[in-house]
Amino acid sequence: MSSLSSSPVDISDIVALEGVTKRFPGIVANDSIGLSIRPGEVHVLLGENGAGKSTLIGMLSGLQQPDEGRILVDGKPTPITSPRHALALGIGTVFQHMMLVPTLTVAENLLLGGPWWQRPRTEELEARVAEITRSLGITVKLHARVSELSLGEQQQVEILRAMVRNSRLLILDESTSMLTPKGIDELGALMRRLVEQGLAIVFITHKLREAAAFGDRISVLKLGRKVGEIPPERFRALGEQEIISEIVELMFGKQKDDPEAVERSAHAVDAQAAPLLKVTDLTVAPTDNAPGLSSISFDIRPGEILGIAGIDGNGQKQLAEALAGQRVATGGSVRLEGAAIETLSVGERRQRGLRYLTDDRLGEGTVGTFPVSINFFLKQVGAAPFWRGGVEQRAEIDKRAAELVREYDVRTPSLKTPVARLSGGNIQKVLLARELAEGAKVVIFNKPTYGLDLANTLASRQRIRDTAARGLAVLLISTDLEELLSMCDRIAVIANGALVGTVDNADDARTRVGRLMIGLAA
Amino acid sequence: MSIDTAPAATALDATSGAATRRDILHRLLMTIVPILAALVIAGCILLAVGVDPLAYYGYVLEKGLFSPLGIQQTLTRMAPLLFLAAGLIVAFRAGMWNLGGDGQFLLGAVTAAASAPALVEILPAWLALFCSFLIAMLVAMIWSLVPALLRAYQGVNEIITTLMMTFLGTSLANVLVKLVFRDPGTTVPQTRTLPVEDRLPRLFETTITSGLLLGLAAIIIVHLVMTRTAFGLKLRIVGANPRAAVHAGLGVPGLTIAVFAISAGLAGLAGAVDIIGVQGNVRADWNPAYGLAVIPAVFLARMNGFAAIGFVFLLSVLSIGGESAARRLGVPNHFTLVLVSIVLIVLALAEYVDHRYHQSRKA
Repeated sequence: MSSLSSSPVDISDIVALEGVTKRFPGIVANDSIGLSIRPGEVHVLLGENGAGKSTLIGMLSGLQQPDEGRILVDGKPTPITSPRHALALGIGTVFQHMMLVPTLTVAENLLLGGPWWQRPRTEELEARVAEITRSLGITVKLHARVSELSLGEQQQVEILRAMVRNSRLLILDESTSMLTPKGIDELGALMRRLVEQGLAIVFITHKLREAAAFGDRISVLKLGRKVGEIPPERFRALGEQEIISEIVELMFGKQKDDPEAVERSAHAVDAQAAPLLKVTDLTVAPTDNAPGLSSISFDIRPGEILGIAGIDGNGQKQLAEALAGQRVATGGSVRLEGAAIETLSVGERRQRGLRYLTDDRLGEGTVGTFPVSINFFLKQVGAAPFWRGGVEQRAEIDKRAAELVREYDVRTPSLKTPVARLSGGNIQKVLLARELAEGAKVVIFNKPTYGLDLANTLASRQRIRDTAARGLAVLLISTDLEELLSMCDRIAVIANGALVGTVDNADDARTRVGRLMIGLAA
Repeated sequence: MSIDTAPAATALDATSGAATRRDILHRLLMTIVPILAALVIAGCILLAVGVDPLAYYGYVLEKGLFSPLGIQQTLTRMAPLLFLAAGLIVAFRAGMWNLGGDGQFLLGAVTAAASAPALVEILPAWLALFCSFLIAMLVAMIWSLVPALLRAYQGVNEIITTLMMTFLGTSLANVLVKLVFRDPGTTVPQTRTLPVEDRLPRLFETTITSGLLLGLAAIIIVHLVMTRTAFGLKLRIVGANPRAAVHAGLGVPGLTIAVFAISAGLAGLAGAVDIIGVQGNVRADWNPAYGLAVIPAVFLARMNGFAAIGFVFLLSVLSIGGESAARRLGVPNHFTLVLVSIVLIVLALAEYVDHRYHQSRKA
């Protein structure tokens, strides 16, 4: 480490990414991303869930390989083939979820991964740890069991582990998500001392304040693309509030020559019409890994698109699932055309005309190994005319499926193709066809364009507009503010499981929604 | 990244006939070649213990397949195995690993053995046997209720619970034979014996039980229900993607309980068909462990009913032939199991290699 100069001039990138693209079935997780990671800098990667941060570190730490582009280590193109290789290159990663063995002591954890034919060199380790901890000003109890340590202490152990292995680049993945505010401040101070020693740090977070407080350089990711970077010179020139507002602009603001930008054609919603969907005081209890909902109320009239904006993970999925009947609501009422449906099952709600287009297309929306044709009717199993007396009518199913394939332009080699083999855009078309089929009155779209390419994004949006134009009520949940602004009549903002405000989609909606999203009053 | 083929699905479906044929040929190759390889490997083991593998395989084939008595025994043995396989197909296709087949089988067998001799004295024979079948099925279903409820409402892993229940079930069946249903007329602990003339009729002039036809019917019905009906599709959705099942509004807990009931009920019927068709009574400590033996056959058949008939036949040949070959050549009886497991492992390896090959060709 000492060989690296810590002065900001005359430094070159330890690791650089050039045009790195990574695709997963159905989505583009990283789209031509370029990053430069330098010693002596905390490089903040900022973005919401699903922005592609985890995929990016997966590639840096050797868990995944890029499909396109290259990674340069010390200026040389180097494929990082495995986590072991990444460590050998000096890239240490502290993952979001603790990766220590809780029943072993700290020392034993630090010694894991050494050559199996040697006795662990405990004395050597102790000397090394003492040296590192002294310079960083932290104390680590080497002989305590990991399960006895606090989460903050465990994290220090993980950082220490990376240091013991001579890491030059330390990647911290959502490291603050499980820490107390005090722990977060300590981590910030520790990061500062580490970079002063010439280390490079990549700090991944979705919290704006942490980014502004701890970073030297910020790269903002949005839906797999890098939408902006604030270099250190600029960083130092701006105050914390200015940085935050600049980040907000990058994350939510309108981009120049954005091909997705379509002016919203104003259409009149009859303000006098009775609401098709009326939700009053809907409450859901929080679970271990999901926030609850508190007292959600809104209504949607025929032909209206109500948007739900907010940072991902603030209860959007819970709201959609509670409305669809997949998640138990602890209180409140849901009325469809005036009739209470909150006690009905998923199937009964669907039959009344409530449709839910899930954001998890392969996880719950479809059965990947089943043919395209069956996936169209997954929610109608047993219903005539596709089943008679419980017996499958294959001819009827294939006939209707072929119609839907044509009508919704699903590109599939055949009706028998397993749906998971289709691209994300085509899977989404299967879901759209299924949910918008006859009898729909209220449609909930959860992140309908997430992970789609441009053409499919635009096509999906047009479908949603057409849906509303037919007089249906639409609830559009999205983390893409641009999308909401281009489509909705009104936008409600969700934060921590509660609606913090509703804004009419007028000229100043962008700023008002943006402010609500980061917790400021509109 | 999209598969940009024209949406003219009809034109494309026409070419899929040839593709299906190629697929079937591929499947056959992927099954037969590994089985032959497994026979060679098992032969090497036989050589190593000083037995002539050709003589062993020759005995197996002769006693299990080619001698008139052997083939009749083989076909008779198939009856309970087919019922068990049918039950496993339902469970496995629905993604539930009912490994409690042996307990359910034995409880079905014991209740059938206890009820049939008593019922034939008061009812017409056919009705008595029918009632015995029914009782055996219901008892096995009830036995599956604990794992079913735990899985449906608490998410408790059914592999563990069904295995534990199978230990309890085999012990309970023993206790019932020794204490409750013991035939006072004999000195050995066993249930009353169903008179031969009251058992399931034999087919034609052979010793083959007509239970074979019941077993074939059961597995074919199960196959058709699983592939052609709404109920079967619901179970397959639960098996393939439980979250999609919830999303589609299926009553997953109810379906789970139904799966366990059907699977266990068929295992109970397997016990009943073996007793009412062949054995006539249950002796204490009798446990043929068919349930575990059938599991590999069902896997090899990829949970396809028709393929399962073939593999159950193979299993029967191996076990009937293996028993006499073992006696003649001094190979332990368990060598049949060794042979079957080698077949399974080689098949799995072939599958893996095939998958890797396809992956690399696609890349």
